[in-house]
Parts: sequence; structure tokens; C-alpha cells
Amino acid sequence: MPIVDGKYKANNKDPRVAANEVPAEIRAHNFDPVDTGYTTENAIEEANRCLDCKKPQCVSGCPVGINIPEFIRHIREGDMAAGLATIREASMLPSVCGRVCPQENQCEGNCILNRTGDDPIAIGQLERFLGDMTPSIGATPVCKPSNGKKVAVIGSGPSGIACAGELARAGFEVTVFEAFQTGGGVLTYGIPEFRLPKEIVKREIEGLCDLGVTFEYNAVAGRLYDEKDFFGSLGFDALYIAVGAGLPKFLNIPGENLPGVFCANEYLTRVNLMKANKFPEYATPIKHGKNVVVFGGGNVAMDAARTALRLRADSVTLAYRRSEKEMPARIAELHHAKEEGVAVMELVSPLEFIAGEDGFVEKVKLEKMELGEPDESGRRRPVRIPGSEFELACDVAITAIGTNANPFAAMTAPVKLNKWGYIETDENGRTSDERIWAGGDIVTGAATVILAMGAGKKAAASMIEVLS
Amino acid sequence: MFEILEKTQYSNTVYKFRVAAPAMARKAQAGQFLMVRINEEGERVPFTFADWNREEGWIEFIFMVIGATTQELSKLEASDTILDITGPLGQPTEMKRQRWAVIGGGVGLAIAYPVARALCEAGSEVSVIMGARTKELLILQRQFEELPLKHLFITTDDGSAGEKGVVTAPLERLCTEGVIDEVFAVGPVPMMKFSSFTCDKYNIPIVASLNPIMVDGTGMCGCCRVTVDGETKFACVDGPDFNGSKVDWDDLCARQGSYRTEEQEANNYARKYHEEGCACQS
Repeated sequence: MPIVDGKYKANNKDPRVAANEVPAEIRAHNFDPVDTGYTTENAIEEANRCLDCKKPQCVSGCPVGINIPEFIRHIREGDMAAGLATIREASMLPSVCGRVCPQENQCEGNCILNRTGDDPIAIGQLERFLGDMTPSIGATPVCKPSNGKKVAVIGSGPSGIACAGELARAGFEVTVFEAFQTGGGVLTYGIPEFRLPKEIVKREIEGLCDLGVTFEYNAVAGRLYDEKDFFGSLGFDALYIAVGAGLPKFLNIPGENLPGVFCANEYLTRVNLMKANKFPEYATPIKHGKNVVVFGGGNVAMDAARTALRLRADSVTLAYRRSEKEMPARIAELHHAKEEGVAVMELVSPLEFIAGEDGFVEKVKLEKMELGEPDESGRRRPVRIPGSEFELACDVAITAIGTNANPFAAMTAPVKLNKWGYIETDENGRTSDERIWAGGDIVTGAATVILAMGAGKKAAASMIEVLS
Repeated sequence: MFEILEKTQYSNTVYKFRVAAPAMARKAQAGQFLMVRINEEGERVPFTFADWNREEGWIEFIFMVIGATTQELSKLEASDTILDITGPLGQPTEMKRQRWAVIGGGVGLAIAYPVARALCEAGSEVSVIMGARTKELLILQRQFEELPLKHLFITTDDGSAGEKGVVTAPLERLCTEGVIDEVFAVGPVPMMKFSSFTCDKYNIPIVASLNPIMVDGTGMCGCCRVTVDGETKFACVDGPDFNGSKVDWDDLCARQGSYRTEEQEANNYARKYHEEGCACQS
């Protein structure tokens, strides 16, 4: 630790410790982690850059309020177990959030070093470093004695996990009902292995089991169990609905149903959840395109494009209707995608998918766009350029243009929905039915892992208050 | 894990499993389906409920061996387990009390049977048209014969049982006689397509139970999307029953063939695996 006059003096002028990324030409051809994470030396060196602010702005940028300077202090002092314990007070999923949070808009975006012209602290890397030490440190489950209350959590994605963890620690008996054969929700079916290894998701879920949380898989709420079962024969006192926004949107253009045209949800689910990249050892197939075109500019589009590269495509093009600057994806994801060989085609919009003789998609007709006035999102609206149509060869096309509310929300219980099918709640996640709370993407629409976790924590706090 | 309680073999390629699944048995309704994943490496495959018993806590589904997964499934025996079964999924078939013609083609007969039975139980007048390529594939004939049906027609492509030809011939007769109010059809896409054309000719409504390729079966991946009346619908949550007159059949047919090459590859892999000495006894 750098000490000056008997006091800690941060090395904030040192450059940020670089991520340990596997070279693009190697990683683009396998599903192994892109970033292998900080070593202990890296972590301590980076921790030594932290100013340990009296009024830490980073904490206010964190949706779950992790005591960031404290865990960084513990790293600096070499007490990794204490650092991990600090994070776990606020977050159930440090290994996940350290990898997938948009830190540049949250903790790191708020870091005071941004204002002094220095590199912000790599908080995500440090969080991940501690999270990944869980197997060696061990997380000692500390739960309050049982309060005799039972809560059913619907959905095992980040929001459900966060809520279940909080409730279990507060002494509730918690059962998580998951529609798929395995837990994690979007962490499992959506985010690829190379960005978030499934072993980590599995480990985080095992951590919940250690807290006494029960998981029931293959259990589609609203179909296998309904409201009457939950509050009747199953004997629950409350429900937390966190079923997500998984229903994909489509472009609604001709040829979209041709074989070879996927929505990103399907493409990624086949690979991430069903391991189609290991076909035929794993029985679920996937199309290996030579020329793949992905439509969209968000993180899901990046994941799909990078997955296509790893499925040995000759070319992968990311087609976006605005310019690169307006892409909603994290800068790091776009940067990684480009490094790996994804080509970006800005200011184009698809008009039609065209089949070849075999009936499979062979090309896509596109039209060029230009940027007009800003729209409600503040981004400049794409405007079509008449007569600018052109064709692009593609044997796999993937659309990643967003999702809608999961249709099972309405079937689970008769809570009030808004006109788009999302559940209406108060600021504590309470729905129109006082026994039922909801949170995550099924309330807000598609957002981030950490916001969904934050909603889960908030709802849990409200449930603890109301039910205790 | 789901235990197989009973295995019934109807033909060389058609089997029925009775599986212990108490929660699912309490909720299953005619026309709904379940997703099966045999083991860790398995794919998720949809099968329609053939029967269930709420008191005894079991469900049944019938399948025909057509690819690597159904081949593997057929090797399981009573007291073996299936890793994952999810359901009930999809919308139940609407049981209007009226004069119905139920058409089942090939393995679709396994779906037509519980629907015909439920319609009979609901007090409808039901005629059934069974269709198959050949006698060997004409499954559940005895079960159909035991139902209180108005008529039972049997057609085979090769004439080895019943009348030689396809299901639209008896359907056309029922339509011209004016003795049916609505049709329920399930089977291969061409069968449902031409049944729908026949119904359109006589202005008789037809419900088609579609069987597109699915991955999750819960409305999340969009793989099972079909065009109905110009709109994109998901067979897994909006269906599987749709107005047959409005289905874009060519679209569905093309999507059904999306993985033909890979299906062949999977079969070859399974055969090779088998020859190189897997643990199975067959």
C-alpha cells in the first residue's frame, strides 16, 4: 500500500490496470472467457489507485448500493474475505455483475477520477476478482431463524435470485419456480459463455441453495401452478413475480419467417442454454452461416454477432439503422466485437429477406438511412433515403431489436398490467394484489441485470416489512 | 426426474409413455403439450398430451420415431427416467358442443384421439377421420373405435386399411352432406393444408393443431412462429390451435424443413455412437 507521511496516498495518477484479455484472433474462435480477470497483483495495484473518497460518488451510482470504497480498501489490505463479505452484504451476484454491469454508466461513470482527468477505478474488475474468489474463501451462510413465512419467487433470473437471497437471509422459506431445466434466466439463456461462464451462474445459484432456497425447475407458473395453488395447497404467504421480458419483437418485413432468419433469442438460446455449438454431441442444432448479418445495436446484437463468429462464420456484419454513436450497446462490447472481426454497417434498415432456390434465406434487401431530428430517446431519428436500396448476401440473419413482456406474467396471477403487458407496481414493487410483488424486466421492460437485482432487493425489503 | 410408469408399443415406430407427473396431471387439458428433454445433452421436443389421470398423478404422450431424439426416447423402458418434462403448455382446444369432424393423420392421431374423446365427453356429436401412409402407421384404431362416434373413416395412402386415398375424400363427403359444424385437424402440414382448402370450399370452420419446431416452448425464442391471417403468432403460447383457413401453410412447411441437414447429421452421429458400443441393449 502506498504510504506517505504515515497515511495512505493513492496512486491515482497511475494508469488503470489493463484487463487481461485473450487476443482477439484467438478468442474469436472459441467460447472461452474473453477476459480472464485480474490477478491478485493486478487487483492490489488497481486498489492502490482508489482515492477512498469521504463522500464516495461510486456508491450512489450503484443500483444496489455496494460499499465500494470499503471492499477496495480490503483488497488493498489483502483481506479478500472481508472484501467479498462487504460486497455480499449488498449483492448476491458479484461474479456476474462484475462482468456484465454497465459500470461506465454507474459506479465507474461516477468515479471522481473521471473529473480529474484520470482513469476511473476498474470497479467492475475488482468486484469480479472478489466474486471469483468465492470457491476458495467460501461464503458462510448467515440466515436469521425461520419466521415461518413462505414466499414463492417466479423466475430464477437476476431479479428472482436477488429477492430470494434477501428473503432467505431474513428467515423466510423461499421456493424459486423456474420454467426451464436450469436456473439463471437471461444469465443462462441470453448472455454467452465467453462473456459469462455458466459455471459462475451455477455457483451463484448453489450459494442460494446453501441459504436454504429451494428451486423447482420445469415449473411454468401460470400453467403448472396458478395463483390458487400458490396461496392454497402450496401454502405461500406472498409471491414475487420476476418472469422477465423474454418475448422477442420482430421486424415484420417480408421473408422474416424464412429458414435461416432467427431472432437473437432463439439463436442465443440454442447455443447458450442448449449448447448447440456442441451439436451433434448435444442434440440441439444451429445453422452455421457463412455470411451472417445481425440487425440491431444493443448488447444482445453484439452477443449474437460474436456468437456467430465463434460458430465459424466467414463474415459477420452488424447492420444498424442509426450510426455507431447511437448504439445502445456498451462501448466495451462493441469494441470487443470489432476487434474480433465483426464488421459494422451503419445507417441501414432491412426491407426484405429473400430466399434462394433451396428456400433458405440467401440475401437481404436493405435501404440506407440518414439521421434526422432527435426522437423521444434523445437520439437522432433514422430517416430513410428513397431509392437507396441494395442487397447483401446472407445465409443466416439474426434480428436483435428488443423484447416484450413475458406472456406468462398475466397467467401467473390477475395483477394489474399496463397496456404493454408489463406489471404495474408501486415504488416498493407491490402490485394491485397486496400479496404479490413484482420486479425486474416484467415491470420496467428490458433493462440491465443490476437494475433487475435492485428491484428484487427492494421488493424483498418491502416483503420483510409487510410480512414480518 | 420423471419416472416412466408404463411403455406401450403400437407399431414398429409408435410408442406411448405413461409418466409420473402429479402436478402436470392436475392441469393438463386436451390440445395442450409438454416439452421433453431426455438427458443433459438432449434437445427440448414438444409432444401433445395423449391422456392424463389427475387422481393417479400421471400423464401420457405418444410419439413416433422420426429422428435421433425420438429414437433415443424409444429405447427407454418402464422405470427409466426422463430428465426434464415441462408443461402443460399452449392453449387448450376449445370444446364447443356441436357436430365435429376430427381428422388425425399419422402421428397426429395421437393428438386427435384425446381431442375426440374430450369432445365426446363434452356431449358433442363427433366423427373421426383417421389417415396414415399405411396400415402399420394407423395408430390407436381400437381406442377410436371404443369412443361413441357418429362415424369413423379410415384412409391409407396405399389402401392397406380402410379406403385408399387421403383424408380429404371422407371430409368432402361430410361437408357435402352438411352434417358437421366444425373440423379439428392434426397431422402432417400437407394434410392440414388440404383439409383447410376443403373446408374453405364449404365454408366450414377448421381448427388446425400446428406442430412447428420449438426450442423453449414458452414464448421466448420465436422459433415456432407461424403466419396466421398475415400476423406473426407463436404456436407455443398463442396456439398450437389456429384457424386453418388463415394459416400460411407454405411458410410453415418451409420452416419445418429448417434443420433437415442437421437431422441427418444427428441420425448418423447416433448410429455411429451406437455401433461404437453405447451402453444400450438393443
